Amino acid sequence: MGKGRRVAIIDGRRTPFLRSGTGYYDLMAWELGRFAVKGLVAATGIDQAVIDQVIMGTVASDVATTNVAREVMLGAGLPESIPAYTVTVACVSANAAITAGADMIATGNADVVIAGGTESFSDPDIKVSRRYRRFILDLTMYRRPKTLAGKLKLLRGMKVLDFIVPQRPAIGEYSTGLSMGHNADRLAKRLGISRDDQDRYAELSHRHAVAAIAAGVLKNEIVPVVPQGTGKAVTTDNGPRADAAFGGLNKLRPAFYKKYGTVTAGNSSFLTDGAAAVLLMSEEKAKALGLKPKAYINSYVFSAQNVWDELLLGPAFSIAKLLKKTGLELSEIGVLEIHEAFAAQMEANIRCLESDAFGREKAGFPARVGMVDRSRLNIYGGSLSLGHPFGATGARLLTTCCNRLQETGERFGIIAGCAAGAIGSAILVENAA
Amino acid sequence: MENERHSVTGADQTRQGTHVPVDHLSLSHLRIEKTRDGIVLVVIDSPGTRVNKVSSALLGEIETIIDSIERDVTVRAMAVVSGKDDNFIVGADIDELKATTTRDGILEYISTANSILNRVERLSIPVVAGINGNCLGGGLEFCLAAKYRMATDSPGTVMGLPEVQLGLFPAGGGTQRLPRLIGLTRALPLLLTAKNVRPRKARKLGLIDEIVFPYAIRDAAVQKARELAGMKGKIKRRRGRSLVTAFLEGTAIGRRIVLSQARKMVMRQTHGLYPAPLAILDSVDFGYRKGVYRGIEADCGRFADLVFSRHARSLMGLFFAMNEAKKNPRRELARQIKKLAVLGAGLMGSGIAAVSVERCDTVLIKDTALDAAARGMREVWKGLEKRARSGGIPPFERDTLYGKMVPCDDYAMFAGTDLVVEAVFEDLALKRRILSDVERATGAKTIFASNTSALPIREIAAESLRPENVIGMHYFSPVQRMPLLEIITTSDTADWVTATTLEFGIRQGKTCIVVKDGPGFYTTRILAPMLNEAVLLIEEGVDPAAIDRVMLAFGYPVGPIALMDEVGIDVGAHVSRGLGPMFEARGARPSPGLGRLYEKGFHGKKNKKGFYRYDVKKRKGIRQIDREVLGVLNAAAPRKTDEREVRDRVSLMMVNEALLCLQEGIIASPRDGDTGAILGLGFPPFRGGPFRHIDTEGADVILSRMDELAATHGERFKAAGILRDAVSSGRKFYP
Repeated sequence: MGKGRRVAIIDGRRTPFLRSGTGYYDLMAWELGRFAVKGLVAATGIDQAVIDQVIMGTVASDVATTNVAREVMLGAGLPESIPAYTVTVACVSANAAITAGADMIATGNADVVIAGGTESFSDPDIKVSRRYRRFILDLTMYRRPKTLAGKLKLLRGMKVLDFIVPQRPAIGEYSTGLSMGHNADRLAKRLGISRDDQDRYAELSHRHAVAAIAAGVLKNEIVPVVPQGTGKAVTTDNGPRADAAFGGLNKLRPAFYKKYGTVTAGNSSFLTDGAAAVLLMSEEKAKALGLKPKAYINSYVFSAQNVWDELLLGPAFSIAKLLKKTGLELSEIGVLEIHEAFAAQMEANIRCLESDAFGREKAGFPARVGMVDRSRLNIYGGSLSLGHPFGATGARLLTTCCNRLQETGERFGIIAGCAAGAIGSAILVENAA
Repeated sequence: MENERHSVTGADQTRQGTHVPVDHLSLSHLRIEKTRDGIVLVVIDSPGTRVNKVSSALLGEIETIIDSIERDVTVRAMAVVSGKDDNFIVGADIDELKATTTRDGILEYISTANSILNRVERLSIPVVAGINGNCLGGGLEFCLAAKYRMATDSPGTVMGLPEVQLGLFPAGGGTQRLPRLIGLTRALPLLLTAKNVRPRKARKLGLIDEIVFPYAIRDAAVQKARELAGMKGKIKRRRGRSLVTAFLEGTAIGRRIVLSQARKMVMRQTHGLYPAPLAILDSVDFGYRKGVYRGIEADCGRFADLVFSRHARSLMGLFFAMNEAKKNPRRELARQIKKLAVLGAGLMGSGIAAVSVERCDTVLIKDTALDAAARGMREVWKGLEKRARSGGIPPFERDTLYGKMVPCDDYAMFAGTDLVVEAVFEDLALKRRILSDVERATGAKTIFASNTSALPIREIAAESLRPENVIGMHYFSPVQRMPLLEIITTSDTADWVTATTLEFGIRQGKTCIVVKDGPGFYTTRILAPMLNEAVLLIEEGVDPAAIDRVMLAFGYPVGPIALMDEVGIDVGAHVSRGLGPMFEARGARPSPGLGRLYEKGFHGKKNKKGFYRYDVKKRKGIRQIDREVLGVLNAAAPRKTDEREVRDRVSLMMVNEALLCLQEGIIASPRDGDTGAILGLGFPPFRGGPFRHIDTEGADVILSRMDELAATHGERFKAAGILRDAVSSGRKFYP
C-alpha cells in the first residue's frame, strides 16, 4: 500500500445472496451481517479478542440500526470492547470499508480489522407521504397547537390519499433525478451497446454462476445461514438461473425507457439481500498468529465522474487511475472482479478501457488503457447473476478475487465497482503465494 | 407467644436506658443512613461474602434497629435494600440450620426469626423493601413482612420460595402472608413448586407493588418510604380476580375445596412420600382457620419436625453435594472454551449447544446435512425465545446467542476449536472415525469429548493420535433440564483436559461428577442391572405395570419399565449387549429379553411399540401393557406380585452396583455416587442416593437382605465387599 505496513487478506466469507423477499424475508440487515462475520471468525479460527475494529458498508440503512456495524459485531457475539462504524458510498460501500480498514492497518492504527457490508431490501424503511409527515411533526413536535381549531388547521390542504399512499422510495440519482436503469439506457445508447450484446452478457453471467455453484467453487466463500426458527439452512445463492438463456432474455420488455430502451429486468442486477466480510491483518500480526494470508492489498483508488454521462463508468475510470498509479499494465492483471450493475454498464466499461479516445481524453493514457481479457473477468458469475446486496458486494468481489488468485497462481487481481454519485473504486490485490 | 416476646424485649430496652440513634448503631451486616426528614435507609450487606443470607446474626441486627426505631419519634419510614450487586437475600443460611443439632435449637431459631419478622410487620412506620437480584426463601419472607415491595426489572431479579426443594417449608411466615397478599390460588404454586418469578410476573401476581429500573432501587425505595410516611390509612391494592376465584379464596368452603384439590395433586405427584408439601398445605389451612400469628406459631413446631426428617436431611445433603460439585479442584489447569463444536444436531447435540451458547464465542453445529444442523439450531432458538419471552434475557441477547451458532456439514471451519463434543449415534466404529476426522481437522489444544452413555472411552480413543485429549462428557436428556454431567476420564486423559471439561460443565450450570472409564461408567452401569432385574421379574410372571407401581411407591419418579420405553428399548438392548460380558464374568448373565424385543421391532415410545401401548388411549389415566411383550419374553404364568420382593430386588440391584463402583474406584466418593444416582437416574431424592440410603436403613439390614436374595436368586445379588466391611466396621458412608 505504498507507504506503511503491508495489509494481508486472511480470508472472506459471505452469506448466500438471495433475491429480496425470499429466504431472508424476516431478517434485518444487521442479522445478515452477523452471520457473515460469525462465519468468517469461525472459518479462520481466530480468537475474537484479537480484532481491533469492525467496519461495515450499507446503503439502505434502517433508522433503527444506523450504525449497523455495531449491531453486526455485537450480534455475532464479538467482544463489546471492539469499536465499529458504518460507511456508505452506495454500491462501493464495502470497498470503502475495506480500504478504510486497510489504511488503519497500514498506518499502524490497527492490527486486525473485519471489513465488509450488509444489505437487506426485504424490509426497507418506507416513509409516509411528505404532507402526512409534516402533519404529524407539527402536531406533536414543532407547532403543537393547543386548540382543536388549531389542530384542524393543520389538516388544511391535505388530501385523503396523503394518509394512505406512502412516499415513493428514492431510487433516482438525487442530482439528476434519473434512476440507475434510465442512466444505463442512456449509456447503452450513447456508446452503441445493443440489446443483443447486453443479453448475451447477462446469459454468460448466469452461465458462469450456475457452473461455479455446480462445481462447488463458491462453497469456500459462503457460510450457510439458518434464519432463526426456520430449521432450514440457506446454502446457496438463489439468483443464478440455469434457464437464463439468450432467447428468453431477449424477449423481456424494457424495464425503464419502455419504448426505446434496451435495459431489461433480465440484463440488470436485481434487489438482493446478503452480507459479506473479509478479515484484514497486518502482515506481522498474521505471522504472529500463524495465519497464512491469501493475498495483500497492494493499492487502491477511488474515482469520481460526471453524474449524467459517466455515472456507471466507475470501473473504467478507477481501473485506469489505479494502473497509472501503480505503473502496471492491464495485461498484467490476472484476475478481474468487476461489479455488474447492468450488462450495458459492463459492456460500456470494457469498451471504454479498450478505447483509444477514452484512454487519451479521460484517463490520461497515450492510447487505450488496455484490452480486457474476458476469460479473466468474473468467471464465477457477477452481480447480474449472483445478486447485488449494495453494501456487501465489494467484500464478495475481494473474497472471490483472493480465491481465484490462489487457484490460478496469478500475481495480481483488481476488484472494481461503480456507485451512485458517479463514484468508482478499484483495489489492486497481490497474491500472497 | 409472639406478643409476650415482643413486650419483654421492649421492656429490656427501656430499662437499659440510653437510646442510641439508629444511624449510630455499630452493626456489621447492616449499614444505616438517616435522612434529615426521618427516612431510614437500611442496606443489607453481610461482610466477607458475595451473598446476603438470613442468619441469626443478621436477624439480631434487624432486631437492634427495630428497638432503636420504636423509641425514636423522628423516624418516619424505613427503606431496606441490599448492598450486593446481584442479590437481596438468597435465603436462610443452611449451614447454620445444619449446625443446629437439637429440635429445641431449631425451634428457638425459627421462633426468634418469626418474632423479629412479626415486629417488622407491626412497626408503626411504613417499611419499603427494594429488591434487586435474587430474593429467595427467608429473604422473600422478610419482604412479605414489609408494607410495600418494589423490585428492579434487571434480568437477575427473581423471587421465590425454594424451601420445599430442601424438604422444608417457608416457615418464616411465608405460608401465612403470601396467600393473604396474592390470594390462595396464586400462592399455592409458588409455595409448593418452589417456582421462581421474575419482576413482571411478580407485579402481575401482586407479589410486588412496583417495578423500577435498575440502579434506581435505592433512591426509589427511600422516595416511596417518604411518600408512604405522609400517607394515612392502608395501602390500597387492587386485586383483579374472577367471581369464582373470589369465592374459592374468600370463603372457608372455597378454601377447603382449593386445599383438598391441592392435596390430591400433591399426593398424585409425590405418592405421599414427601412430607414438606403436605406440611405447607397443613400450615396454610391452619393459618386461615386460626389467624396469621397462631399460624406462624404452629409453623415453628412443624418446621422443627421437618428439619430432622430423613427427607430434609437427604435433600439438604444433596444441596450441599451439588454446591460442592460446583468447585473445580484443579481450576488453575482449566483452559477457556471459546470455540465449541457439537457433532450431531439431534436432541442431545442441540441440547448441548443450548447450554453452551452463553459460555462460548462460537458454536459449530455439525451434522451430515446442513438441514439437520438447522433443525438442531431451531431447537436452540425455541429455548432462547422462551427465555426472552419470560424476561430472562433481552431480545437482542437472544439474537446474539443464536448468532454464535454456525451450521456446517464438514470440518472446514474446525480450525482453532477448543472442544469438540460428539453426540452421534452410539456406534463404536462411527465414533472412532469421527475422532480421527476431528483430529485431522484440529490441533493439540482441541479436546475431544464423547457424549456416549455406555461405550468405553478407552475403546473410542483406541486409534487416537492424541488419547490424552479424549474424555467422556455424558449429558442426560433433555440436556437443558437434566442437571447432571458425568465426566469420564481414562488413564490417558490429561489433567488439564479433565479440569477444562469440568470447568466448562460447571459453567453450563451442570452438577458434575468425574468418574473413571469402564463399561457403562457409573450411571449407565448401575442402571443396567436394575432394568435387567425388572425384565427378569416380567419373565417370572410379574405384571410389568405392577413393577412400575412398586418402584413409584419406592420413590422413583418413573418406573423402570416406563423408563425403558422412554429411553428406548433399542438403547437398552445396545447397552445390555455392551455391558453383558462384565456381568457375565461375575456370574450374572443379563436377560436376552431386551435384545429379543428390539429384534421384534419394540423400540419403546419412539416407535410407539414398547412395554406399554402407545397406540391406544390411556384408560382412566393409566397406560395399558402390551401383552405381546409377555409373549416375546416367554413370560411365565402370571403370579401375584410380592411388593417387598419386587422393591428390594429392583432397588438393591442399583444400590449394590453403586457399591461395586465405589469399591472399584469408578466413582471417587459416596457423595458423587449419590449425586449421580439422584440427578441422573431419579434415585428417590428423599432417600439421598444409594449410599445415604444404606446409612439410613442400616448397612446390616441391607446386607442381610442381599444375602437372602443371593440365596434365592443367585450370584447377581452377591453383596459388594465394601458393604460387608461397612457392616463389620460399623462405619457409615457419611460419617
